[in-house]
Amino acid sequence: MSAPLDPVYKTDALIAEDIDRYLDVHQHKTMLRFITCGSVDDGKSTLIGRLLYDSKMIFEDQLAALEADSRKVGTQGQELDFALLVDGLAAEREQGITIDVAYRFFATEKRKFIVADTPGHEQYTRNMVTGASTADLAVILVDARKGVLTQTRRHSYLAHLIGISNIVLAVNKMDLVGYSREVFEQIVADYRAFATSIGITDFVALPISGFKGDNITTLSPNTPWHSGPTLMAHLESVEIDAAHDAQKPFRMAVQWVNRPNLDFRGFAGLISSGTVKPGDAIRVLPSGKTSTVARIVTLDGDLAEAVAGQSVTLCLADEIDCSRGDVIAAAEAPVQAADQFEAVIVWMDEQPMLPGRPYWLKLGTQTVSATITEPKYQVNVNNMDHLAAKTLELNAIGSCNIATDRRIPFEPYAENRELGGFILIDKMTNATVGAGMIHFALRRSDNVHWQATDISREHHAALKNQKPAVVWLTGLSGAGKSTIANLVEKKLARMNRHTFLLDGDNVRHGLNKDLGFTAADRVENIRRVGEVAKLMTDAGLIVITAFISPFRAERDMVRGMMQPGEFFEVFIDTPLAEAERRDVKGLYKKARAGQLKNFTGIDSPYEAPAAPELRVDTTAMDAEAAAEAIVRMLIP
Amino acid sequence: MSLTHLQRLEAESIHIMREVVAEAERPVMLYSVGKDSAVMLHLAKKAFFPSPPPFPLLHVDTTWKFRAMYELRDEAARDAGMDLLVHQNPEALEKGINPFDHGPLHTDMWKTEGLKQALDKWGFDAAFGGARRDEEKSRAKERVFSFRSANHRWDPKNQRPELWHLYNARKNKGESMRVFPISNWTELDIWQYIHLEGIRIVPLYFAAPRPTVERDGLILMVDDDRFPLRPGEEPQMRSVRFRTLGCYPLTGAVESTADTLPQVIQEMLLTTTSERQGRAIDKDAGGAGMEKKKQEGYF
Repeated sequence: MSAPLDPVYKTDALIAEDIDRYLDVHQHKTMLRFITCGSVDDGKSTLIGRLLYDSKMIFEDQLAALEADSRKVGTQGQELDFALLVDGLAAEREQGITIDVAYRFFATEKRKFIVADTPGHEQYTRNMVTGASTADLAVILVDARKGVLTQTRRHSYLAHLIGISNIVLAVNKMDLVGYSREVFEQIVADYRAFATSIGITDFVALPISGFKGDNITTLSPNTPWHSGPTLMAHLESVEIDAAHDAQKPFRMAVQWVNRPNLDFRGFAGLISSGTVKPGDAIRVLPSGKTSTVARIVTLDGDLAEAVAGQSVTLCLADEIDCSRGDVIAAAEAPVQAADQFEAVIVWMDEQPMLPGRPYWLKLGTQTVSATITEPKYQVNVNNMDHLAAKTLELNAIGSCNIATDRRIPFEPYAENRELGGFILIDKMTNATVGAGMIHFALRRSDNVHWQATDISREHHAALKNQKPAVVWLTGLSGAGKSTIANLVEKKLARMNRHTFLLDGDNVRHGLNKDLGFTAADRVENIRRVGEVAKLMTDAGLIVITAFISPFRAERDMVRGMMQPGEFFEVFIDTPLAEAERRDVKGLYKKARAGQLKNFTGIDSPYEAPAAPELRVDTTAMDAEAAAEAIVRMLIP
Repeated sequence: MSLTHLQRLEAESIHIMREVVAEAERPVMLYSVGKDSAVMLHLAKKAFFPSPPPFPLLHVDTTWKFRAMYELRDEAARDAGMDLLVHQNPEALEKGINPFDHGPLHTDMWKTEGLKQALDKWGFDAAFGGARRDEEKSRAKERVFSFRSANHRWDPKNQRPELWHLYNARKNKGESMRVFPISNWTELDIWQYIHLEGIRIVPLYFAAPRPTVERDGLILMVDDDRFPLRPGEEPQMRSVRFRTLGCYPLTGAVESTADTLPQVIQEMLLTTTSERQGRAIDKDAGGAGMEKKKQEGYF
């Protein structure tokens, strides 16, 4: 074996001589989280394997397995293939690539390290952003033979986007370019030009070989022109972001209210910035109520002070309203609260983002409903160009406006990662579909006020002597919605009820004639109809709508707009085969022939209601009977 | 004031536990009585103090644990003021499944099936587990909040991204989460924390003279008279301790004289074999043993 295999951190003499002192030293270590980013062949896994090996994280049994594996599937001839140590899942062993974020651990005398190993593959922006979100530092790997590549630029942009201020440019495989100083300096110059252009003001460049071990833990005799530091020395000494957080104003998102008995009420949370002491004046957001900190309670006794990064339980001097999702902040420097924001969004799901669709947004400890506008632009992560976009696909990054259904306390991401970063969750699948970073709140939400009017919706309804309602008919094209809706309206009119019928086809001739049939346009179609229906119920009307409205999320959104008990979802349930057999408008035929795109039931999904107020089985009930059932539901 | 690595790890674990309690309907803590469980339980006490941890402990028992583990289990639950639920797979009990005669079936029926049965029986939708990412390669890629389908399967290719401290605990009815609050702790962190906090652990972690036999390269402890001795085998008193604890017939001891925590840590730091090496489970199905078991629902 020709690779140098003398682990520098092999054993600390102190362990054998004075274990108690060793433990004392090691209990006072700090922790650094970092990510390594590189392309498939940049030697990333090899570097991590090397760090684990050199810090004595590889045991003999693992080493024996590694030697066997290296001979069997390794790519380094007879030498140890460190990459095999870190490529975990069976699937990736076969494919020879890392497919997800993996976390590795090693420690030296000064620090414990957590490495997020993120893949460099084209389609995996999602994984890198995930790994970077908790990192203090990023190691950007460059193959000395190839120099700064598109991937290098992409990784650097993402690390900068996520707010990592400590960047290490590791020029790897120096052994393969004869440890050439010229090659190294040219790459550093190229990188500096690019880095400056995207706002990276500082980075540390190191010439290394993960495979041979140059400048990893000891300065290499092969690069006498490099005066240091080594990669390990830099990782051990670089200042950690968390230290800055303690200097900022105090903020803690309330996770859980601890109420063991009537005499104790504590607010549990992780301090995201600043320090807190008993007697400090605080303000609870978004309510704005103020109090002072009475105690900082822990199992080991009350604390005199707590700092950013600690999980604590606070007792306040006054009985004020405060619950999960609220933020407790320094009274003299509270956080803002708003319901409209500009944010950068990274899309992480196979299903593209749907502007207008409500998603769950989780920020801090609060989860609210939020809708996103069409992107103002999408970023080409290879050259940072801004592109026009209607939506965001998997791994796309764009700038969008976001509206939440209530005011939430937050901070711009640049000031506070914990109160400015959020995830987006699909309401149907519960998958995490996106992540975002708040730039700022839109002032617009402050400038548009609600004008109070004297004649109330109750007054309108009373004049008509009826209870307003929305009867929402949903089902496949050709299910019979329009026919049934028409019969319902006729019956109600005979009963002197004031009604209005909103029909899908008719609305598309006017209000919604600018919309097509893509998923995004369908969402906007339903949103507008929902708003119109809402105005009509405010006017006291009974509104009947007949729209395919294929997505559960939008039907739920409309339900949410209405007063409780005023929304009646009616599922006109006709099997696809039956609707297609009827094909009153000849649309199924066209869709089957490929002349009509995005046709519900053919190449666009229909999500049946889970719990409609009424289900009408049209194979068992004719239109007249269905209309009668609907009227009986409205007016028992 | 700069936080130490143990303070940061502690704060993160407490944060995770509180998120689960705030978002899950019926959380439970899987308690295996080992050192990782001991740390996890200690962290739970800290997270919810002065309330007791607002969930029960669940021990998925195989009936083959060391006797000393059963003793500590009952005391630890009592001390924490928590309910202790014990589940033994009735089918495994009836068939007398044991590690001597049934090989991999033992783990499958008692642990994998037993765990699924217990979670279904009490309707738990979130289960804390004491797994750590440094233990094994497939664990290194698992999320802190690990989503399981209604039939408890793990899909490594379809995991939810976890960013910042934001965990997505939303799920549909019947689906559940396994949550690993000490994911980012290493074996050394665990030992240092036990030392620093004075956490009580099973005495088997400390060296003492114990009756043992050597078999298939492992030193096994003859913990009770169910241990079938092979012809010529005679239990010998050896000074041994255990680095991990499981079913006693499957858990190899190491010869040692370390009978204090600092000595145990000292030995661990000077040793040259990894922690799971004494366990038979990883060796099934080649290198992918644990990954395969996890997909089937093993913790």
